[in-house]
Amino acid sequence: MIAAVRPRSLDEAVRHLGEDPALVPTAGCTDLMVRGPEALHRMDRVIDLLGVPELRGIREVEGGIEIGSTTSFSEIRRSAAVRAAFPILAEAATMVGGWQIQNRATLGGNMANASPAGDSLPVLLALDAVVVVAGAQGLREIPYADFHIGYRRTALRPGEIVARVRLPYLPAGAFQAFRKVGTREAQAISKVVVALAGRIEEGRIAELRLAAGSVAAMPVRLRAAEEAVRGQAPGPETADLAGREAAREVTPIDDVRSTADYRRFALERVVRRMVMGIAG
Amino acid sequence: MERLLDVLREGLGLTGTKEGCGEGECGACTVLIDGEPTLSCLVPLFQCEGRRIETVEGIAAGPARDFLERFVATGGVQCGACTPGIVITAWALLQRNPAPSREEAREALAGNLCRCTGICGEPDR
Repeated sequence: MIAAVRPRSLDEAVRHLGEDPALVPTAGCTDLMVRGPEALHRMDRVIDLLGVPELRGIREVEGGIEIGSTTSFSEIRRSAAVRAAFPILAEAATMVGGWQIQNRATLGGNMANASPAGDSLPVLLALDAVVVVAGAQGLREIPYADFHIGYRRTALRPGEIVARVRLPYLPAGAFQAFRKVGTREAQAISKVVVALAGRIEEGRIAELRLAAGSVAAMPVRLRAAEEAVRGQAPGPETADLAGREAAREVTPIDDVRSTADYRRFALERVVRRMVMGIAG
Repeated sequence: MERLLDVLREGLGLTGTKEGCGEGECGACTVLIDGEPTLSCLVPLFQCEGRRIETVEGIAAGPARDFLERFVATGGVQCGACTPGIVITAWALLQRNPAPSREEAREALAGNLCRCTGICGEPDR
């Protein structure tokens, strides 16, 4: 029989986790419940974070917005603050599962579950998010670029949970874009998912963060592609270069959803098209 | 971990809620939790304490009666396994948006799959 610990405050949650780091943190349960009967059976205790008010909701803060880890994708896609400043995050939220999944699945769950295919994760990389993590020692911050450290592995220490994510506002005139390639528009796990954000200065790409999912063991920044096009004028040659570099630096695999070859091919095309779309 | 779906079907005998895939892909087990469409195969029972759960039996006995008649009249059922989930999701959409566009209806129902291919007609009902 599974016992669920149901804390009512963040203090209470981290105290439980401090005493028993083997507790499995849960929120919307949309990933947890599909791990199969054996896995669920082995998981003898869970801690339900949905009742912790400090972990939920979207707030405007100095210089950006903060999204609580148990905020659902439905809340994110509806949020006027998110849609105004980070439309690519709202867009990614609409691509997670269908309506029913979006009502339950949470941003923090997507991060902590750390699937290489998580739809929102390349967006957080492109937006240079900062993760606020809670543990028995209090809060600490991790740049999201350092959060994923391997296949389904994160920088969270035992007993730590994602408390919230801070998204710094982009400078005026910045561009951002998102694209997911799946089997159908809804309820599909991505074959390739790409997000980018950056800015143009004097007709050249001054800053570009390009990130992709489903092309490596974890969501990744495409740093070779970023580096190759920095300082270049947007246009077909720059877009070609970005696509080529992106395809070269990733390590996709064959699995039930797609092949490594197709993923590399699709990534090159998607990156090229997205970089072409950067307004000059 | 006990699933809401099993408690509804086996514990309470409310078999209107169907199990399709059991892994959150098909939408057949959709119920309303506090008015929000939710997949009951993915909800552990411990998260249901104090929540209002509505199944197809509940809405069929209440205000959705006429709406259900339209499903029957337009032949919205073939094998029927997906229908309760589609009814629940469509009903929830109409509570929020009494006159959805075809596109809005398609998006709302995107998480409800129909193996008999009747899905293409659902947004028109």
